Amino acid sequence: MNRRLLLGAPLGIALLGGGAFYAMLKGLAKGTFDPRGVPSQLIDKPLPAFTLPGFSHADVVAEKKPVVINFFASWCVPCVEEAATLMTLRQRGVSVWGIAYKDKDPQTDLYLSRHGNPYARLAHDNEGRVAIDWGVTGVPETYLIDAQGIVRWRFVGPLPDAAVAELVKMASV
Amino acid sequence: MIRILALLAALLLVAPAWAISDPAEALPDPAQEARAVQIGQQLRCLVCQNESIEDSGADLARDLRKIVRQHVAAGENEAQITQWMVARYGDFVRLRPPVNWMTSLLWASPVIALLVGGGLALGLRRRSPPPPPLSDEEQRRLARLMES
Repeated sequence: MNRRLLLGAPLGIALLGGGAFYAMLKGLAKGTFDPRGVPSQLIDKPLPAFTLPGFSHADVVAEKKPVVINFFASWCVPCVEEAATLMTLRQRGVSVWGIAYKDKDPQTDLYLSRHGNPYARLAHDNEGRVAIDWGVTGVPETYLIDAQGIVRWRFVGPLPDAAVAELVKMASV
Repeated sequence: MIRILALLAALLLVAPAWAISDPAEALPDPAQEARAVQIGQQLRCLVCQNESIEDSGADLARDLRKIVRQHVAAGENEAQITQWMVARYGDFVRLRPPVNWMTSLLWASPVIALLVGGGLALGLRRRSPPPPPLSDEEQRRLARLMES
């Protein structure tokens, strides 16, 4: 009995480890697992209080409907990539608000006139301090805040076109 | 030639440039600065993920260093500052992961390796039969070797 347990334990651990490794590889292939990803701590939590030139926490809550908030910057190349996707979101009736991260106001304006402005409202986080309170690690990063001011969803990197349908569904609740 | 040598010699006099730590970043109190460095070395830079914020040249790491120093200057201890970071970036921000059920396998792995290795060694030792006694030929050879 004791002997069987001794032999079985390492085998069991090896099996468990192998299974976990397989699941990780599967997740990597499907894109559901990112070992470098920093999971958001805000999901299903109220949006942290903030006040920026442009809009504040109170404005988001006063909207009384879901808002998509997108961190971007004029110096950010992948942001250009998702500009069209954000525009589509806006055309489909989603409130898309923008926060310019570590940018200079004139450059933000230039960027928006060049690549189109999908944002219903625009705020400037030129110091990047509000972004840290949200747990932002870079731009672009996109959040969905529901009508009660609770963060429901976050995406790191340029929004793929495939995210539009899902976001429209989530934002129209 | 002389000029080049002089220039090369002048290079030796140049003080080494500290890669990242901008002296303007440091706290005026050396004791507080030392504490800030110690805390920062335990925090992961979220951009270049295998470096601490003290080692990283990333913009975000510089901002986080600044925040650590503000909190140290305000008299907060390491646990409070780490908690502040974890609240925003999760346990991933800690270079030394906390012990909980998610990290139990990680922390237990040295013990598991020792048990598996020890078990295998013991098992193999017990299983191997004792060596057969020396034959007459071997006995004679041994005697010869011992004499010489």
